[in-house]
Amino acid sequence: MPGMPLLDIRQRTGYLFVALTIGHVILISAQVTTQRGVPLLETATFGVVAEVQRGVAALAGGLSGAWDGYVALQDTRAENVALREEVAQLQVELQEERAVAGQSRQLQELLDLQTRVSVTTTGASVIAGGASPDFRTITIDKGAGAAIGQDMAVISPSGVVGRVVTAAPRASKVQLLIDRNAAAGVIIERSRAQGVVVGSGGDLLAMEYVAGSADLREGDLVVTSGIDGIYPKGFLIGRIESVTRNGQDYGSIVVRPSVDFSSLESVLVVLTRPVVPGDDSE
Amino acid sequence: MRTVGVLVAVALAIALQTFFSRLVVNGTAAVDLVLVVVVYVALSAGPGAAMVTGSLAGLVQDALSSGVIGMGALAKSTVGFFAGVFGQQFIVTASLPRVVMFLAATLVHAGVFMGLYALLGLRTFPTPWMGVAGQAVGNAVIGMVAFTIIEALPGVVERRRAARRTRH
Repeated sequence: MPGMPLLDIRQRTGYLFVALTIGHVILISAQVTTQRGVPLLETATFGVVAEVQRGVAALAGGLSGAWDGYVALQDTRAENVALREEVAQLQVELQEERAVAGQSRQLQELLDLQTRVSVTTTGASVIAGGASPDFRTITIDKGAGAAIGQDMAVISPSGVVGRVVTAAPRASKVQLLIDRNAAAGVIIERSRAQGVVVGSGGDLLAMEYVAGSADLREGDLVVTSGIDGIYPKGFLIGRIESVTRNGQDYGSIVVRPSVDFSSLESVLVVLTRPVVPGDDSE
Repeated sequence: MRTVGVLVAVALAIALQTFFSRLVVNGTAAVDLVLVVVVYVALSAGPGAAMVTGSLAGLVQDALSSGVIGMGALAKSTVGFFAGVFGQQFIVTASLPRVVMFLAATLVHAGVFMGLYALLGLRTFPTPWMGVAGQAVGNAVIGMVAFTIIEALPGVVERRRAARRTRH
């Protein structure tokens, strides 16, 4: 365009687009060709941003508390200031007690699970959800500093939650079982039929690689088989919700997870690697 | 000043996305707040700023997800570029064109993102249509609310100042 300065940003936009695209393609290629192990860039970026997430979680908690306190104080100004203050205070205390009781119940359940299972575990709190709606991940507040490493199983009193995919020094990223990339070896508790459950990205799981002769029914409990080398054997995955047949073979087997992934607050990370049946390589 | 505003908006979008995503993690009608910010920057500041915003925000978002780093960044910088170019060529100040922009941006983003994963054989997306459509509507709603608030803000502040002056 005549009269436009040579260094006008608008003239360089096309070049910038090409440069950014090439840069991203190179970045993606580097990861795709070296899929074994976690990329250093991912670990470093995650470590830094996890600290921000920790801060956001703390700030949100603080703001929530400040907001409740402000609303409660506003109510007390209406008629009898002293009496209402006392009532509000008691209400707040009651809510706090309820929250503490609820938290204690959850921790007790975790403790029960911790003592019940034969594997070594460590408790952790969920501090954030996934940053992209296309992936089902959460961030927990413990990482490599608490001996947590990649591919360690994460469980809750309700059942299997997922596995650790990235461990920064003070936080870890956990891939939930419902993520599209997640999978776990399973068996049906009643008939001992084997298969693999895979995430669908939604709130249900699909069971695959099941022999056509296997005995499956709606309502059957699905537990981990331990053959994947990540999840210890015998932990609850969920229940079979529906089974469809396609001739001799199974068409689709839908499993409803036992864990409510939308209300996870505390989890246990399994620190010991499960012994894979039939693996005599060591 | 505008750069700081964009950085704050991106940081806020990522923080909100990570904070609230665990509440709607099993829902299908999720929104991508970072994409909303990228489209907003594209329409208000042009393709260059939108590309850089999409690229950086996408990288952070990728790092916080379990996928390949760069996929979301490439998809978002592409959306930023085309939305910005489109915004420069056409008048996109009325509500309807903006809604169309948000819907189209979500579809392009999903196409590039899922297409790359499928092309490289890393993931499959059996029936993404409902999820993408839900996200497109969600992004459009959030985007329009954001535009309305940001554009109304200077007027509200000015009116309050004027009211205060007349009281004195």
